[in-house]
Amino acid sequence: MSATTSITDDAGAVERTRALLTSADTGRRRTDRAMTVLIYGAFTLAVIPLVSLLWTVVVNGIERFNGDFLFTSMRGVFGGMDMGGAYHAAVGTLMITLTATVISVPIGLLVAIYLVEYGRGALARATTFFVDVMTGIPSIVAGLFAFALFTIFLGPGAKLGIIAAVALSVLMIPVVVRSCEEMLKLVPNELREASYALGVPKWLTIVRVVLRTSVAGITTGVLLSIARVIGETAPILITAGVSDSINFNPFDGRMMTLPVYIFSQYRQGPVPCREDALDCLVGINFDRAWAAALLLIIIVMLLNLIGRLVTRWFSPKLR
Amino acid sequence: MTTTDSPPDAKPGRLKPPTRRRNHGDTERGFSRVFRWITTGSGAFLLLVLAAVAVFLIARGLPALTASPEELSGKGGLPTGMNSLWDLVGPLVFGTLLAAAMALLLATPVAIGIALFISHYAPRRAASVIGYVIDLLAAIPSVVFGLWGGRTLAPIISDVWVWIAGVLDFLPFWTVNVTNTGRSLATASVVLAVMVLPIITAVSREVFLQTPTLHEEAALALGATRWEMIRTAVLPFGRSGVISAAMLGLGRALGETMAVLMILSPGILYSFQIFDSGQQQTIAAFIASRFAEASGLAVNVLIATGLALFVITMVVNMGARAIVARRKEFSGAN
Repeated sequence: MSATTSITDDAGAVERTRALLTSADTGRRRTDRAMTVLIYGAFTLAVIPLVSLLWTVVVNGIERFNGDFLFTSMRGVFGGMDMGGAYHAAVGTLMITLTATVISVPIGLLVAIYLVEYGRGALARATTFFVDVMTGIPSIVAGLFAFALFTIFLGPGAKLGIIAAVALSVLMIPVVVRSCEEMLKLVPNELREASYALGVPKWLTIVRVVLRTSVAGITTGVLLSIARVIGETAPILITAGVSDSINFNPFDGRMMTLPVYIFSQYRQGPVPCREDALDCLVGINFDRAWAAALLLIIIVMLLNLIGRLVTRWFSPKLR
Repeated sequence: MTTTDSPPDAKPGRLKPPTRRRNHGDTERGFSRVFRWITTGSGAFLLLVLAAVAVFLIARGLPALTASPEELSGKGGLPTGMNSLWDLVGPLVFGTLLAAAMALLLATPVAIGIALFISHYAPRRAASVIGYVIDLLAAIPSVVFGLWGGRTLAPIISDVWVWIAGVLDFLPFWTVNVTNTGRSLATASVVLAVMVLPIITAVSREVFLQTPTLHEEAALALGATRWEMIRTAVLPFGRSGVISAAMLGLGRALGETMAVLMILSPGILYSFQIFDSGQQQTIAAFIASRFAEASGLAVNVLIATGLALFVITMVVNMGARAIVARRKEFSGAN
């Protein structure tokens, strides 16, 4: 106490004390500054690959990214022909992802409702735990599972869109459950209680009050989970195979999807052209792969963007 | 989670289910009961699916486990020189673990840095934007990472590997081979690291943000610099969270297929030559590369290797989730 009063008496002492406190430990301050630089550096380090990836995809993909590419398939395209597109792959992606969504969303939503509204006891705890564990299933294992399941009935060599959709569902359901669960938990209990007080049965309360309140969040969760599985390659590669033709029917025949298209074009590598060939492009396969990558990234980014906007626009104002 | 705030008399609640059941009987009529059955059933269905994954993989992998060496090297499609399944699975598991471990070693420090940057360094308004940018990294499909890694990164980064191999040349007992194409496990690990970065960042960030403000303020009041505050208050608090985040990242890196498949030039060896091509291979990439041509017993062999991958990732993930769950119960944050 006496020290502080004596310091405030003497202006010079204040200066000296302040200098002592702020500059005495140069070592500590240096460490602090070094760590600040390191942490800013870590962030920069993470942004470099992101920027580099987006940049190369846009620059390499924009060249072939036109109506011709979007609306032709690879049927009858071979060698270094300056033709062919990703229409069949876009169709396949749409159909397989749609089927997977139709399978996953009802199941995922019901599980989420169970966990939030009914979940008590060992089954609920086990479900919560294993939903988390399921999010970590390697995608190729999900593909192997769907293959093992369907080839029992359909025989080996069965390659269908629906098998791929089931594989994607195994990956998608836990994601849907997780996000829907978070959204249902956000619904205030007062709303449920008010509904019960009016004599509304529990199931109707859940459907008309709880789900209605959280519909924006659930939509966002579903869109983000679609964005997550739409880029899966390995499970589709081993369940739906590779195709050059347009196929709208997931229950009949092989299907191409955009990720598999990117991979198969990449794997074909540079085309061995003759010296005098005029219509032969050496790097055509890579060009197609980049253009399809651009299309895929645009789709994924749009899904993410729409998902976030839905929450912002349609979520009920609780406060 | 909510065990702490339940009233004390609810503790032996497991002993008196009859009252609860009577309550249900009173309020649940007609469709309400059906609805509860449907939702409970779907919860059980989910567990059934996970069990089915395990059962089907075991059932379809079993023929490969029980087949004789002659069958395996003949119809099983084992590479020449191998005469048991373990000759194949062993190096593959080794390659998978090596790739994932290197990816984790690269990603974890950076991810912790980013998480701290978002939680304690960046201005609040910028923090949410940065969080979104990192999430963007998670949204990019793995096949695009593979394309980028194989076409753009590998040619650039091979120079770095050549340089590092040159520096390491002084080692007397180990010659470092290096490939000029960049199609080595080191390149694949770098891409894997970028891919697991978002998940480690996201979980660590959540944990760091939960640090009790009082701890932080106490550290600052004692004259700690910002870094000392983080070292003494934030990092000890978040340690178990960071560990589980790293394990989740490990789970993702173990199962990642396309990036490895499109970048690595494979071989099936127990080899630490991470800068050379034709040395290692991971399980997932092996399955994807062989599946299209496989038939009969070869498919069973591939499914058996997939079973090994499934078991490894399940153990890692369950460990990580168990740590997270324990932390939720015992941390002072709630």
